[in-house]
Amino acid sequence: MRTLQQTTEEILDLATKHFKAAPGSLRAEDDFYKKLGIDSLQALEMLSRLENHFHIELPDYEVQGVSDFKTLAERVQARL
Amino acid sequence: MLDLSKYSSIGEAVRDALETWPREVCLYESDRGEEKQRITYREFKDRALPLAKWLEDSGFPAGGRASIIMTNQSKWLISAYAIFYCGGTLVPLDYKLKPEEQWKLLKHSEASVLITEYPIWRQLSISAGRSEAVQAKTVLATEAPLDADLAGAIRWESAKGIDPPTFVSRKRDDLACIVYSSGTGGTPKGCMMTHGNYLEQCVALTSLYPFWPGVKYLSILPTNHAIDFMVGFFGPFICGAAVVHLRTLRPEYVREAFTMYQITYVSLVPLVLKNLQKGLQARFDELPASRRRIFERLRRVNKALTTHRPLLPVSRLLLKQVHAAFGGKLEAIIVGGAFTEPQTLQFFYDLGIPVANGYGLTEAGTAVTVNDLRPFRADTVGKPLPGMEVRVTNPDADGIGQVTVCSKTVMAGYLNEPELTAQTIVDGWLMTGDMGRFDATGHLQLFGRKKNMIVTEEGKNVYAEDVEQAFEGLPVKEYCVFAANYIWPSRSMTGEQLVLVIHLEHGQSFTEDLRKEIAARNSRLMHYKRIHGMVVYDEDFPLTASLKIIRVALAERLGKLDRAKAILPV
Repeated sequence: MRTLQQTTEEILDLATKHFKAAPGSLRAEDDFYKKLGIDSLQALEMLSRLENHFHIELPDYEVQGVSDFKTLAERVQARL
Repeated sequence: MLDLSKYSSIGEAVRDALETWPREVCLYESDRGEEKQRITYREFKDRALPLAKWLEDSGFPAGGRASIIMTNQSKWLISAYAIFYCGGTLVPLDYKLKPEEQWKLLKHSEASVLITEYPIWRQLSISAGRSEAVQAKTVLATEAPLDADLAGAIRWESAKGIDPPTFVSRKRDDLACIVYSSGTGGTPKGCMMTHGNYLEQCVALTSLYPFWPGVKYLSILPTNHAIDFMVGFFGPFICGAAVVHLRTLRPEYVREAFTMYQITYVSLVPLVLKNLQKGLQARFDELPASRRRIFERLRRVNKALTTHRPLLPVSRLLLKQVHAAFGGKLEAIIVGGAFTEPQTLQFFYDLGIPVANGYGLTEAGTAVTVNDLRPFRADTVGKPLPGMEVRVTNPDADGIGQVTVCSKTVMAGYLNEPELTAQTIVDGWLMTGDMGRFDATGHLQLFGRKKNMIVTEEGKNVYAEDVEQAFEGLPVKEYCVFAANYIWPSRSMTGEQLVLVIHLEHGQSFTEDLRKEIAARNSRLMHYKRIHGMVVYDEDFPLTASLKIIRVALAERLGKLDRAKAILPV
């Protein structure tokens, strides 16, 4: 079982690769809309990537209003 | 299609539709590419009437108000019909709002019944805002797990009366819905829409884009949104057509739904349309050079053939693979909610996919103008719909003035806001606050707004006043939020941004701590509501005798500043 920290790091790593961000530039507290300059559709695409990676289902309502990696990691962790 | 001139209410028309096409499928529901259920008109009736009876038995009165806060799904429409059957007024609220915002609007609407989904209710029930909306006594929650703590709600699935309910007639002038066009932070703008508004709008829209049994409409825009309520519920139902709901709205499942259901119509906001364009363009770019040349040639042929009007059978043949990706039955993409860039519209039209681009606002009963595609004009928002009188008032030297609308589809007014209503509807004409002009062929072109608001590509209307609350208590002398284009009028309808104007105390300097404080408050707002820049203004704001900011005067003064230099990054 992953720890929350591991989950967070994996999410940051996935987001870095998916959105081609500079390695090490993303932090757990970052607002992904602002930091990555993405829109709501791109955020939804990221969720699908996370579902495939963690082998979970993240219902839309679970991530409603979430805009930072930390909270996102907590929601993912709760489903692992 | 039913002859809507015979009906006086939404409920009456839908009731007849359910009897007219009992065996036709009215709803498909799919989750992650897997169909979960399909419901016929008869089954829809069998599910809605017991709920209507339950509402009746629980004392829900004719003219009572009931709110729905749900994602797009079958129970949304079933609940709405049950409310109309009882003669109720529907208050559809955005499920994406924060719980405290939802409670605020629930309180304002005076809804006594709330119908929602369990995951939404879980958030609502623990929100501090619950204590405010005390009149919302009855809460029905759908899909609650067996061991769930319902926190005072009743299971939607068990809310079933036994005997047939009594149908309550409504008149055309009676309220059908209260639709909020804004007001989560500032003054709630609850548009009072009558049954007549919807009946008239439906006749106008279906005259250009008809539905029929067999049509499948993909419902993606939230059903609380006036567009989806009309083309994802009322319109298809009174024509015997079907609506497709997706329980997980991800781009890949949306793409899949087109082929899975052979979708006939879909409504999209510009953001999604642009995303589709990007995806398609990437696929075209990947084609080997030889195939790419053939494709470009076919696209040019299609463009030449469809200059005057769409020729769907020809386009489907010429650009078979593109159309196959959309299911092969797509009649048109309806684009709404915000202004769409002409090049995006043209991209789809050149592929033989008609794009029904239009212009509308909730206050006008959704659509005011729609492109009739004869010929397609990407640079305009089309001509007024039948029954709509549209004028451009006080035009400037370029013929640009405020767009005003007179029609039976225009709302009755803003709930509990007579002054605001009187400013908005003058002598029967709706002041849209949008600037436009008609070209020689009668097509409307839009050129910015007079209103202190922005519309995002996601179709979200954001009023500057609604955002101001987030900066309450900011350690400055005074502050105000503006749409940048309200201060510096622009003829563009895209890329609109909000700015925070601050006036520091005497002797106070703009510190890094203050910037961080503003950034932190900004990040707590939903992403589409955030300010994009700040203006530090060093003069007192003009105030009324009751110390309210005179926004028009302040905007005028700010407008004298150089926009590029004045706006600082957050």
